[in-house]
Amino acid sequence: MDLSLFYLFGALTVAASFFVIAQRNPMHSVILLIASFIGLAGLYVLLDAPFTAVTQIIVYAGAIMVLFLFVVMLLNAPREDPPVVDPRRPLLSAGPRRIGGVLSLVFLAEIVWAFSRVPTTAMNDAPGIGDRVSSVAAIGLEIFTTHTFAFEATSVLILVAMVGAVVLARKNL
Amino acid sequence: MDIITIAQFVVLGLAFFIALNSAAINVLLERKLAGFLQQRLGPYRTGPWGLLQPVADIVKLLFKEELRPKAADAFLFNLAPILAATAAFASFAVVPFGPSIDFFGLLPEAIKLQAADVNVGVLVVFAVTSMGVYGVVLAGWSSNSKYSLIGGLRSSAQMISYELSYGTALAAVILMANSLSLREIVDAQQGTWFGIIPKWYIIPQFFGFFVFMTAGIAETNRAPFDFPEAEQELVAGYHTEYSSFRFALFFLAEYVNMTLVSAIAVCLYFGGWHGPFLEGGYQSLWWFAKVFALLFFYIWMRWTLPRYRYDQLMHFGWKFLLPLAIINLLLTAAGVLYWS
Repeated sequence: MDLSLFYLFGALTVAASFFVIAQRNPMHSVILLIASFIGLAGLYVLLDAPFTAVTQIIVYAGAIMVLFLFVVMLLNAPREDPPVVDPRRPLLSAGPRRIGGVLSLVFLAEIVWAFSRVPTTAMNDAPGIGDRVSSVAAIGLEIFTTHTFAFEATSVLILVAMVGAVVLARKNL
Repeated sequence: MDIITIAQFVVLGLAFFIALNSAAINVLLERKLAGFLQQRLGPYRTGPWGLLQPVADIVKLLFKEELRPKAADAFLFNLAPILAATAAFASFAVVPFGPSIDFFGLLPEAIKLQAADVNVGVLVVFAVTSMGVYGVVLAGWSSNSKYSLIGGLRSSAQMISYELSYGTALAAVILMANSLSLREIVDAQQGTWFGIIPKWYIIPQFFGFFVFMTAGIAETNRAPFDFPEAEQELVAGYHTEYSSFRFALFFLAEYVNMTLVSAIAVCLYFGGWHGPFLEGGYQSLWWFAKVFALLFFYIWMRWTLPRYRYDQLMHFGWKFLLPLAIINLLLTAAGVLYWS
């Protein structure tokens, strides 16, 4: 049961992510990305981490993707333009593209090779580890004690980005 | 399959049944109340007291012609109503509507009247409702009509603005109950103060409830916040181009969402199924009564208040509701720290 669900959600995530870049309609890409996030959330649930799954849906699928959708709708681009070969930019012509294709194949081969050498170990199922991952209280304690600095640094970073966005958006502040 | 599993499927079916039928009841209630508030009779020809009006409505919707604009994006146009209705129903999986019961001794052990008792139930509801907006936004975009597009854009802006206040109001209740499970939050509201005042969170969290309900009405696109479909400006907003069953799905989603917000409000602020006089499984009647009362309030608001202006909506959301929710959260946190 769990295994078939894993394959289902895994296939959904991979297929959706693939078609995000494999088709040219930006609106469909946004929807496919949301589908991929939902598949990922399903995988988190299978890993006994419902809090992570729900947070993933709320933050990424629920909030950030609405903004994406908003932008795509306002741009009103029904289709991505097909690539045009510009003689002034030879790096974008057919030859260099083929080199890029070869390089990415090499990279893929490297990744497959690397993963095939990683020894397969069983998941850490020490007693109580499931509670540590799925309990919101435990996650909160970890964030606000062990990782306080990282947490605060991230908040400051986001604040800086927000202030920057406001300054850029309003010319006569 | 043992009897407990079967009973759990029965409860699951029951949750679905409640959600589906609440839509029909809401339709009738809305028509009757609108009539009452406008000093008319409302529907009275379809069955006694117009009781068969929802049936007539559904039959009418199903027999209409399915239309799709030629320039519409076919895939997204078909997907949008499905998304809206699915999101509305999915949240009901975690809503508890009664205590644990053994069906009058039929079962060897008591089971919970709730399809799934998830330990992050509040967040699940929050996540699934935030997915519901895609139905509206995609409907607006894929129809390829300016009215629909503006309706969809308004909807997404409204969702983003009010979701923050909604979440912050929820956080205050979570702090008080010290749990994310809806069932535990309900059980934390058992008992009374001084023997008469029920220990419902509406009393310490009155402002939280105000924020929650306002944001809830805004998230379900109901008047006075029904901008995505403002009839006078946008024909019918995001569902202008929809007809027949696809429109029926949007219709269904709106009414089921109303019930959902009311049901969640009952669980968070009105003590769920807890109330005097009733014992055991009959306590569910309290739950139904409270949800019904809130639905009445919902419809009463719609036919009493005029629609805001769009900029007023944004001002209200960002400059009043959100600060109020944050102050409420801070005070609650301080109070919980002080008294614990």
